[in-house]
Amino acid sequence: MYPIIEKKVMSETVKLMKIKAPLVANKAQAGQFIILRIDEKGERIPLTIADSNEKEGTVTLIFMEVGKTTKQLGTLNVGDAIENFAGPLGKPSEIKNYGTVVCIGGGVGIAPLYPIVKALKKTGNHVVSILGARNEKLLLLEDEIESFSDEFYIATDDGSKGHKGFVSDVLQKQIDEKEKIDMTMAIGPVIMMKVVANLTKKYGIKTLVSLNPIMVDGTGMCGGCRVSVGGETKFACVDGPEFDGHEVDFDNLMLRNRRFVKEEEHACKRAGVM
Amino acid sequence: MAIRKTKHEMPEQEPKERIKNFKEVPYGYDAKTAIDEAKRCLQCKDKPCMQGCPVEIDIPGFIKCIAEGDFDKAAEVIKAKNSLPAVSGRVCPYEEQCEGRCTLKKIGEPVAIGRLERFIADYEREKGVKNPKKVKSTGKKAAVIGAGPAGLTCAGDLAKMGHDVTVFEAFHAPGGVLMYGIPEFRLPKEIVKAEVEYIKKLGVTIKYDVVVGKTITTEELLDEYDAVFVGTGAGLPRFLNIPGENFDGIYSANEFLTRVNMMKAYKFPEYDTPVKIGDVVAAFGAGNVAMDSARTALRLGAKKSYIIYRRSDVEMPARNEEIEHAKEEGVIFKLLTNPTKFVGNDKGLLTQVECIKMKLGEPDDSGRRRPIPIPGSEEVIDIDTAIIAIGQSPNPLIPRTMKGLTVERRGNIKTDEDGQTNIPGLFAGGDIATGAATVILAMGAGKRAARAMDKYIKSKK
Repeated sequence: MYPIIEKKVMSETVKLMKIKAPLVANKAQAGQFIILRIDEKGERIPLTIADSNEKEGTVTLIFMEVGKTTKQLGTLNVGDAIENFAGPLGKPSEIKNYGTVVCIGGGVGIAPLYPIVKALKKTGNHVVSILGARNEKLLLLEDEIESFSDEFYIATDDGSKGHKGFVSDVLQKQIDEKEKIDMTMAIGPVIMMKVVANLTKKYGIKTLVSLNPIMVDGTGMCGGCRVSVGGETKFACVDGPEFDGHEVDFDNLMLRNRRFVKEEEHACKRAGVM
Repeated sequence: MAIRKTKHEMPEQEPKERIKNFKEVPYGYDAKTAIDEAKRCLQCKDKPCMQGCPVEIDIPGFIKCIAEGDFDKAAEVIKAKNSLPAVSGRVCPYEEQCEGRCTLKKIGEPVAIGRLERFIADYEREKGVKNPKKVKSTGKKAAVIGAGPAGLTCAGDLAKMGHDVTVFEAFHAPGGVLMYGIPEFRLPKEIVKAEVEYIKKLGVTIKYDVVVGKTITTEELLDEYDAVFVGTGAGLPRFLNIPGENFDGIYSANEFLTRVNMMKAYKFPEYDTPVKIGDVVAAFGAGNVAMDSARTALRLGAKKSYIIYRRSDVEMPARNEEIEHAKEEGVIFKLLTNPTKFVGNDKGLLTQVECIKMKLGEPDDSGRRRPIPIPGSEEVIDIDTAIIAIGQSPNPLIPRTMKGLTVERRGNIKTDEDGQTNIPGLFAGGDIATGAATVILAMGAGKRAARAMDKYIKSKK
């Protein structure tokens, strides 16, 4: 069992949990994820690692309550424990000094962006961070990310904070103003990553995206997380989760992520967590 | 008294009934039938059946005990070599192994060795398995990666030799393919759990949620343990690599079966993991996994379940028993039929598969006649779900992460006969070393590796 040792409500639907999992904490690197199963009847779901602390033996997750499992997870408290917690899985982000990097996080994608921003800053990059959400209430980790950023921007759909509009508008402005952007990292809703990748492609700016498709085992066995990258089928769990955004077939990914929408609704209703 | 030429019939659930449930298909022999069947054994001096057994069970020995009505002794004889008899008594390809060499085949059917092994294993389990004797500890430590048939066998044997054994399993449950792959109606999970309990009673510790290569590295295990066994299996699913394969509704057999067997999707929504299949399901391939998939689909409520295979019936790799069971249950076999394209609708849902008829040409590298497309024979089949069951490749996690390990072209770890890899102290066996094969061959490899590891550990002072 893996005890929950800290819980924080980040926004209406986003929660932070620190989980005691020393073996995972020992190895966790930015960009990786874990698979958890809450209890004996639970589903295995992947969640990206938001932070880890080797000394404490803890792994921090920040998750949005979107399905039955994440909603159930959100009801757990300090002192409760999770039955299974395996990781760290996937390849870590390639952290090096690229030069000027633009890090874009949308919604709950802001959480997994945080360790990457931190690591990129520490390796000497000029880090430009752009966070986006539907509204101010859904923004996360603003102070934390800002503290590791050289430039920091916010975009909200409703204009409740920062630029009124999309992260891609802010990115466009950066592209127009900056002499050179060496790399863009985008994590968020598939549609956001698609828009960002389409934009940077025009300018030939290398763009990495982190994908979070449906998975079962997370170790390369089921192929449920397969995505088409450059016309080739890749498994997000072992070949990713980060891929070249210019090569990913986002439309197929969006369709595949809707595979069990009806079943998910049914499970939520039944569990009374909707 | 003349010897009966045929095996005693195995009582089974009626096909019409069993496709409505996930309960085991054969019921197993009762005591009287088992004794009568055991009496058919000629007790050949040279024991040809044993030469066909990858785990070296004294087959005439345990059958003699059954014939004499001493079932406890029979269990002891089996357990001396095989720690997972209820498993192998269900899923072994006996017809190619022990039973394939039985002298009785000269006059009729062989002794039903598999059914007798199963009978004894079930007898013992139902009665309550005796705790194994404690063995004197050697004070040495061995690590086993993967709690599948190879790893469990290796771990059990090493524990019997007195070593302190820890098994590291990536999943939340033991058994490997026995748990995620083989369906409940062929191998009840309670039975796998009971056999694993026995392995634990031998002194083996199993740690779950440890993905070796990620959570800890093989190098770290080699530092901490006196010897390490890799039994991570063939878990990497192969796809057909035809257009449209990423439509919703197309599963690898691994994903489909893992959802249903290990995650118990057939009990959704009591269990959280879903699976959806629609009305018409096609499994591609004709091995045991394809049969398992097609039969599982029927039990989940499919109105039609196809096996689509590009060669003919003689080339089908599945065991005859599985093919027969599938046919009895109404699975439709479309042979010499090769899928060329999946078609979906604007919502990304699978709707059809395009196929072409094949004919057999000259033998290919595998020795089987090569299927050749017949121009103009294209056909379109309406399907809601496709399950790709054309084989698995070795799990790449350890081959990719362990530096200096010799890996062969097909991704399998290179070993000698005893499972020794090119790295001292590191052994491997089962599908990770041979490519996808059978449960019993993996068990045999685990057994040989355990012996070699024992020798290695003792030689290393």
